[in-house]
Amino acid sequence: MNETKTHINPTLLKILKTVPDPEIPVLTIVDLGVVHGAEVLDDGSVEVKIIPTYSGCPAMDVIGDDIVTAFAEAGIKAKVKLVLSPAWSTDMISEEGRAALEKYGIASPLDATADKEALLGNKKLVKCPQCGSKNTELVSQFGSTACKAQFKCNDCLEPFDYFKCLK
Amino acid sequence: MNIKQQDSRLRGNYILGIADNSLILGQRLGELCGHGPSLETDIAITNMSLDLLGQVRSYYQYVAQLSGEDKTEDDIAFLRLEREYKNVLLVEQPNTDFGYVITRQYFFDVFHLLLMQELQNSKDETLSAIAKKGIKEVSYHKRFSGDWVKRLGDGTEESHNRIQNAINDLWSYTNELFEMTEADQQAAEAGIGVDVSKLKEKYYNEITELLNEATLEVPETKYFHKGGKHGVHTEHMGYILADLQYMQRTYPGMKW
Repeated sequence: MNETKTHINPTLLKILKTVPDPEIPVLTIVDLGVVHGAEVLDDGSVEVKIIPTYSGCPAMDVIGDDIVTAFAEAGIKAKVKLVLSPAWSTDMISEEGRAALEKYGIASPLDATADKEALLGNKKLVKCPQCGSKNTELVSQFGSTACKAQFKCNDCLEPFDYFKCLK
Repeated sequence: MNIKQQDSRLRGNYILGIADNSLILGQRLGELCGHGPSLETDIAITNMSLDLLGQVRSYYQYVAQLSGEDKTEDDIAFLRLEREYKNVLLVEQPNTDFGYVITRQYFFDVFHLLLMQELQNSKDETLSAIAKKGIKEVSYHKRFSGDWVKRLGDGTEESHNRIQNAINDLWSYTNELFEMTEADQQAAEAGIGVDVSKLKEKYYNEITELLNEATLEVPETKYFHKGGKHGVHTEHMGYILADLQYMQRTYPGMKW
């Protein structure tokens, strides 16, 4: 699923795994799937390639800065390159990432077909991360960040965010 | 000017024709931040604004790189004169009421998605990548605006009349979307750009179908405005630019 991991050597990966997503701190940028590759250049510095989740996601600049800081703490000079291809999709979120989202109170993305049904309000498919009930209702297709929609649970009555499917 | 420079210039001009639509609509939608009719629609509208401005950044960064000069995306966004912006007139029309906001959005989204679907096949890898990313976002915008056209059209007498007014008013700005400028023509011939005139039939069919479903009437007017693609804008454009450029003109070189 996350083929990008194969390009990264373990030492670099370890450092990258310490960088959290600024909006959803329980998720590392590796679990989010935005790290497309990292390599050591001839001069000993590191180049990290990241792909944006949404074109206008303001977190990308912060993620870039955080990566540079994380490497600097390990005594390594790093620079970050934003690449546009491949286009990020929610399939790039790892299993660990999905579990972390649920635990944090954000419902993780369904597959594309189910996602459409859920967002059109046709079927009740999104599981409430608080009580596990599927008796949930769409409040708005857009949420507090570009990647989320707003739902509420009709059983425990809690509102919650749903990380919408992007494919 | 050598061939490579000519090619870069052609690409740059072509890209501005696409990108400026997203900038000006993004700015218009941004005006509604904190002023949306409800919290959910406010958030939705600013989300769409953010997507559009994100796309613009990718386009402008590329144009800046192509220019070969010491330019940045900010120079292109903030420091051009009105005549140098190539957006269509539709996107600069004001946020008269929610009916106008939704109609303008829907009229643009249908076009935008058709355009992105073709642009993803561009021989220019950067444009193709931006389009592939854009398709995902724009599909979402169209779902939102199309749903609201139906809801308002098929809603109360008041909502029906309001959106019908907006449709009647904004309809005359739709035809410009399919006008081919010289830059469009050259880019299409080079396999970089899209021949937008070919999208026209699909566009009007799709819109007619949705308006029928929403119990709304398709206007019969045969008079259409144009000019934006050549930099000749409506009276609204100057006010938008005043707002957009104010900070950069007051504090030249300012960065966030």
